[in-house]
Amino acid sequence: MSLVAAAADTTVQLSGGETVVFWVLGPLALAGALGMVFSRNAVHSALWLVTTMLCLGVFYVVQEAPFLGAVQIIVYTGAIMILFLFVLMLVGRDSSDSVVETLRGQRIAATVLGVGFAALVGAGIARATQDLPVIGLAGAQAEGNIPAVSELLFTKYLLAFEVTSALLITAAVGAMILAHIEREPGTRRTQKELSRARFLTDRPQTHPGPGVFARANSVAAPALRPDGSLAESSFATGTEVQLPDQMPRPTGREQLGSPDAALGTTDGTPSGIPGRQS
Amino acid sequence: MTLTYYLVLAAILFTIGAVGVLVRRNAIVVFMCVELMLNSVNLTLVTFARATGTIDGQIMAFFVMVVAAAEVVVGLAIIMSIYRTRRSASIDDANLLKY
Amino acid sequence: MSETLPAEGLLGWSWLLIALPLAGAAVLLLGGRRTDRWGHLLGTATVVASFVVGLLCTFQLAGLDEKSVSVDLFTFISSGDLDIRAGLLYDPLSAAFVLLITGVGSLIHIYSIGYMAHDDGRRRFFAYLNLFVAAMLLLVLGNSFVALYVGWEGVGLASYLLIAFWYTRPAAATAAKKAFIMNRVGDVGLALAIFLMFAQLGTTDYAGVFGEIGTVAGGTVTAIGLLLLLGACGKSGQFPLQAWLPDAMEGPTPVSALIHAATMVTAGVYLIARCSPIYDETPTARTVVLAVGALTLLIGAIAGCAYDDIKKVLAYSTVSQIGYMFLAVGLGPAGYVAGLAHLYAHGFFKAGLFLGAGSVMHAMNDQVDMRRYGGLWKKMPITFATFGLGYLALIGIWPLAGAFTKDAIIEAALDRHDTFGYLLAGIAVLGAGLTAFYMTRLMLMTFFGRPRWEDGVHPHESPVVMTLPMIVLAVGSVASGFLLVSAFPLSDWMAPVFGEPEEAAHVIAPATVLLIVTVVSLLGIALAWLFVGRREIPVTAPVRVSPVTRAARNALYADTVNESLFMRPGQWLTRALVFVDNRGVDGAVNGLAATLGGSSSRLGRAQTGFVRSYALGMLGGAVLVAGALLAVTAG
Repeated sequence: MSLVAAAADTTVQLSGGETVVFWVLGPLALAGALGMVFSRNAVHSALWLVTTMLCLGVFYVVQEAPFLGAVQIIVYTGAIMILFLFVLMLVGRDSSDSVVETLRGQRIAATVLGVGFAALVGAGIARATQDLPVIGLAGAQAEGNIPAVSELLFTKYLLAFEVTSALLITAAVGAMILAHIEREPGTRRTQKELSRARFLTDRPQTHPGPGVFARANSVAAPALRPDGSLAESSFATGTEVQLPDQMPRPTGREQLGSPDAALGTTDGTPSGIPGRQS
Repeated sequence: MTLTYYLVLAAILFTIGAVGVLVRRNAIVVFMCVELMLNSVNLTLVTFARATGTIDGQIMAFFVMVVAAAEVVVGLAIIMSIYRTRRSASIDDANLLKY
Repeated sequence: MSETLPAEGLLGWSWLLIALPLAGAAVLLLGGRRTDRWGHLLGTATVVASFVVGLLCTFQLAGLDEKSVSVDLFTFISSGDLDIRAGLLYDPLSAAFVLLITGVGSLIHIYSIGYMAHDDGRRRFFAYLNLFVAAMLLLVLGNSFVALYVGWEGVGLASYLLIAFWYTRPAAATAAKKAFIMNRVGDVGLALAIFLMFAQLGTTDYAGVFGEIGTVAGGTVTAIGLLLLLGACGKSGQFPLQAWLPDAMEGPTPVSALIHAATMVTAGVYLIARCSPIYDETPTARTVVLAVGALTLLIGAIAGCAYDDIKKVLAYSTVSQIGYMFLAVGLGPAGYVAGLAHLYAHGFFKAGLFLGAGSVMHAMNDQVDMRRYGGLWKKMPITFATFGLGYLALIGIWPLAGAFTKDAIIEAALDRHDTFGYLLAGIAVLGAGLTAFYMTRLMLMTFFGRPRWEDGVHPHESPVVMTLPMIVLAVGSVASGFLLVSAFPLSDWMAPVFGEPEEAAHVIAPATVLLIVTVVSLLGIALAWLFVGRREIPVTAPVRVSPVTRAARNALYADTVNESLFMRPGQWLTRALVFVDNRGVDGAVNGLAATLGGSSSRLGRAQTGFVRSYALGMLGGAVLVAGALLAVTAG
């Protein structure tokens, strides 16, 4: 602690601007964290977390660590959260939590312990650091933050840095192995075999795409035959068939109901818009 | 205004993350909560680096980020492979390891 | 102790003495049925060869200046400080025993050829006999207590196997177990004595132990002496471990003659004689030896008076005669030679008596009840003659063997010149009278009087192969006493072992002792004539008899004492221990296991498989740690 004693007179006072930033972004970060925990929808949780991370990135910048702040924003909020969202898309965003807690007393116990932990650690930290002198990094990074960080990173922490590369490559390989679907050799059919098999069926041509008439862009909307009947061969697998008329409309439209209404009438008008012929 | 505020904020964020791990069942959200906990620790490291006037804390935060990135990659891959076999992303459904 | 020399010449081959019978046993036991036809001949041949080797070795020994030769064979046990070389010690004492064992053993092997001719297990019998001879020779030839112990256990094993030779008879199996267990009691004493020697002296060979015994504290020497005595009592059927010997007569008669009369049961006497340097240091142990000998002498003689089973009478006679020998070796330097001479003579006449009894049983369809004999002297003249000579030798009629050797013991007791010595001499004389009584009773009931045979029994003389050994032994019973005491004194032969005999000032002249003993013996004979010979002998034993007779018939309640003192408490203890084990130990262990099992299955429920539950536990722990840290720093 001789360092602290010696540096006691060099204490840097926090600027008023920083105080303002803290009191604006601090509650926002808290709100983001709480929003993440309480959102039922996983995508919303991710967005709330992005909020918190952005706030933290700003805090880093304010606290004389602009490099970390940039990394936080680029790597965390950029890359990692995108990865989260990507996986969410793969897993399906519908798999939101049900509200019912299955473990008895889990929520209450978690809340009590959480409040207790926050109180104990917060009180402990406050008690231990209330008189902590702030030396500031003006001396440590006189030539700028990035030169200082890189110098330390490539001298004192070189070994750790190099080991990190091994960690990353291992993680990449591991993720590939985990995500990879192993197929038995020979079970994957070639283009030629697929083509041959298709021409042996009753219907060698392609299936019609969904939403052929662009009345809806959902996979659930079936194609219509020229006579207006539903083309069963265009039904998407795994979803209920929904006619565009029955689909919920996006909010914000003035007129609920058939999208055809927005397209105007189809009766004998020369608009050239193809419509249903009765 | 002292650095204590940053530290207390970090403690609260950490606790919120921990409680989130305990109450959420969607594996991806649980993962996000873990990320939140790591971030709050990073805030602590940066704050102390500033208080002690050395860069080492920032280096530590940097390494935490790298490790977190690796962890996210592997963790999400695990979640995907679990989802593939069990058709569920709920961590309560993966409860075979028991008495 | 005289100097011990390394063996040269034929003595270097003295290990053949043991190896020959051992090889015979191995061939017979491993060869199986293929050896059935010639097995008995091989078994006899090995023992006879052994006897020849023994004779030659002894002649060579007699020609040496230093009559003590060691044969170093190989390292037997090497472990830390314990380094035991297997080796043999050939000195006058072991030479005498070698000749007795192989000589009497050869005769009894020859006799067994005839006796066991019709038994299916004859090959097995000869294998066990050979095993016995090998073990007994190792016992007397070993140059250390460990070698002795190996032989000691070997003869115990052979004895067990031979007593239980007819193992389908429950009585034989039980008797074998009884003998084995009572021998174990003694063996524990011997083993403890050897441990004590090693702990105190760091060596177990005779030369080392006897050379250093003077440096050991008196109490320890006494302890060693008493433990050795316990071992000797077990093996020799002495009080308080005498009860197994009469029961051991369930074995075939040649076994009774060889093992339970002539050789194995005298191993205790050999042990005490061999350990004379130890007993020289401890008068207390020596006194106990005397007391044991005197007490056993009387017990055996009294019990012998009441039994009707011819072999049991002879067995109790053996117990009694070995009591004489213990009495003699307990007397110290004066008595060693007397005891050994009696042992030698006893080896001859008791073996002869047993072979005679076997011959009688052979003729009487294995009947052992003397009340079913009578008048056999006309039918079996050779048996009668040899048996009669053995009888006279046993009761000590001059000039037969017993007269010389028994009188020597009584003289040695008198030479103590104290009240205890006179008391011992008195007991010995009383014992001589009792011996005369029960042996005369046996003679009268067996060979004289009216025949009381069972129907269908046609007594006949035994074949030559059986009578020849009896004749040889009878000659030995007649001559051995005179030869060993007067003509070629055993004391001169044994001088290198026990020192030169001292001419003691006799309190009573030897002739007077002889006269007294003869008079007492004649008195016993007369009493026997009065009680047995004059009257008709009932075929079944009378039930209404005096308490003294009843006590004697029960061998002075030795079995009852053993049962009530050791067997019953042992059974109670075992039952109590079993109860404690079942309820206490098992209960505790099972209860603990059940408690642990139950609690673990309950605690196991906490392991739900839900990661969130585990995480909750971790957070709880973190809260505790944080609280503790805060409490420590704040407090």
